[in-house]
Amino acid sequence: MAKTLFEKIWDRHLVRDLPDGTSLLYIDRHLVHEVTSPQAFEGLRLTGRGVRHPELTFSTMDHNVPTDENRLNIQDPISAAQVDALEKNCKEFGIKLYGIGDQRQGIVHVIGPELGITLPGLTLVCGDSHTSTHGAFGSLAFGIGTSEVEHVLATQTLRQKKARTFKVEYTGKLSPHVHSKDMVLKLIGMIGTAGGTGSVFEFCGEAVRSLSMEARMTICNMSIEGGARAGLIAPDETTFEYITAKDRPFAPKGEALEKALAQWRSLPSDEDAVFDRTLTIDASKIAPQVTWGTSPGMVIDVDQPVPGLNDVAGYSAADVRKALDYMGLEPGQKMTDIKPDTIFIGSCTNSRIEDLRRAAAILKGRKKADHIKLLVVPGSHQVRLQAEAEGLDQVFEDAGAEWRWAGCSMCLAMNPDKLAPKERCASTSNRNFEGRQGAGGRTHLVSPEMAAAAAVEGHFVDIRNWNT
Amino acid sequence: MEPFITHRGIVAPLDRANVDTDQIIPKQFLKSIKRTGFGPSAFFDWRYLIDATPNPDFELNKPRYEARSILLTRNNFGCGSSREHAVWALAQDGYRVIVAPYRGEGDDHIPGFADIFKNNCSKNGVVTIELSEAEVEEIFQAVFAEEGLEASVDLAAQTLTLHKADGEVTYGFEYDPSVKNKLLNGLDDIEESLQYMEEIGRFEANHNTWIHAPQG
Repeated sequence: MAKTLFEKIWDRHLVRDLPDGTSLLYIDRHLVHEVTSPQAFEGLRLTGRGVRHPELTFSTMDHNVPTDENRLNIQDPISAAQVDALEKNCKEFGIKLYGIGDQRQGIVHVIGPELGITLPGLTLVCGDSHTSTHGAFGSLAFGIGTSEVEHVLATQTLRQKKARTFKVEYTGKLSPHVHSKDMVLKLIGMIGTAGGTGSVFEFCGEAVRSLSMEARMTICNMSIEGGARAGLIAPDETTFEYITAKDRPFAPKGEALEKALAQWRSLPSDEDAVFDRTLTIDASKIAPQVTWGTSPGMVIDVDQPVPGLNDVAGYSAADVRKALDYMGLEPGQKMTDIKPDTIFIGSCTNSRIEDLRRAAAILKGRKKADHIKLLVVPGSHQVRLQAEAEGLDQVFEDAGAEWRWAGCSMCLAMNPDKLAPKERCASTSNRNFEGRQGAGGRTHLVSPEMAAAAAVEGHFVDIRNWNT
Repeated sequence: MEPFITHRGIVAPLDRANVDTDQIIPKQFLKSIKRTGFGPSAFFDWRYLIDATPNPDFELNKPRYEARSILLTRNNFGCGSSREHAVWALAQDGYRVIVAPYRGEGDDHIPGFADIFKNNCSKNGVVTIELSEAEVEEIFQAVFAEEGLEASVDLAAQTLTLHKADGEVTYGFEYDPSVKNKLLNGLDDIEESLQYMEEIGRFEANHNTWIHAPQG
């Protein structure tokens, strides 16, 4: 029978179907960070259980870490305690840790692919909803809660119900300066933030095939914002090139790589495979996207005005009113008239080297507007080093940006980088929820190019018509 | 986990759609390394004013809902972050049941709760009930109309009964049989799965070793 990519990975990891109707699914890689793991390790201690496969478990610190030059010395005692707990737990259970100051430290979803931990055909989990990022490799990757983190630590498996499959095909070619961030925001605007609930997306079509691995990661990263726990892209030569072109310490090499490649090539969905749902989007018609509300589904083409109360499919007039009040916006306002105070370029969605290159190309030889605070935060220490080798740090600093060390930074305000109440931010991150970047803060989600151009002009611009 | 068999309590309305887990428990509380102490911080930014006193405008702060244990809300509850802290906060704040509407039928069916959140609830003895939008609207109206309105949930029978002054109304709901069994019996997932360790070992022996074992 013809199978989808999802079904192939599922079948290859099925330990057994359980009497209660769920399935025991084998987990190949488990990524761990400081926020969602301490209670899981404590659970193991209380029950006297161990970690079944410490060598398949990888750990880093990202959410709490400061990103300024004093990052090694965390001032907040509660953050420091959480980071210390991870260090202690990793030591006790024999788990590899890339802590603050380590050359390989970074946002968990940036370092996984970077180190070759993320590979096609694997199952990969992490106590973090943006684990969907790793689906860009054709790896079934999804976020789990802390109870499940403990379950994976103890058994290297999860009890799962098979998800439905949802094929999202992007036909045609993207316009210049429109990127994968716009592709995924457009999708979420169309289906809503619950549209993919219960499903796993498979992104395909010409516009997806022509994306780099890093651009693919951006789309898969925000699958969860469309309600789907996981998003998949079939591995192809672009994937294999990414894995083999650089030294990725945990990726297979030599004979092991040959075997792996043979298996990876068998992963793509069969031509006649049947999906539970399908949606086709014409990529050539996608405009740069900007969110105007407090949910990633509240998003619009940059050349459109802020919508009216009754003009937003999937949201009630009351929801829209509440969101606009929070955001300090009115229906009919031009998106390009909106002036951010802060620009944040970073997060597991858009902090990789290509994102920084795109932002730097916009900022080169230019200055940020006077009223703007501009923060550029690489996703990993390796990304930081690469950017510096290319001179991007100088471009950012010349433009008036703060060039930081790796971490989640202002995406979620668990560290010193956060918005003040009513502070307006153009952010390359993934969530514009109320208070996400700091209590009372106002977030507009955009691509790195859109963020950089807004920094220069002091307001949003339609990057397609801008003087790039 | 403590079994969930039946529960009766006051219903409190949270008339908002797409309530994300950042709202249920804001980030500053995720720094704790404990599993307890989250209850008073549930819905923190809505629940308290800047000076940390209760916000009188927040619907759940109304005195009539003080003794509530059933939360009634709109679609896509618990979206966003995977933080189980959101469920710990609700459970520790006294909620045993959450009711939200699903949308659409058949292939267009959209569940009332976000996946990871619902899953996390199942690990903490919190029952997530999905009814149609019309049924949830009816319950909202009943709750607004009658102070102290109680509902009872019978998980085995898969019913929610509204004890209105002018008579009871009962709604049936679907429930995943595996989760139902786990909740009714208070089963611990890890304990259950550990029974299969031999099988897991056999699976590992045949698994793709060239990618199973990291090289680094």
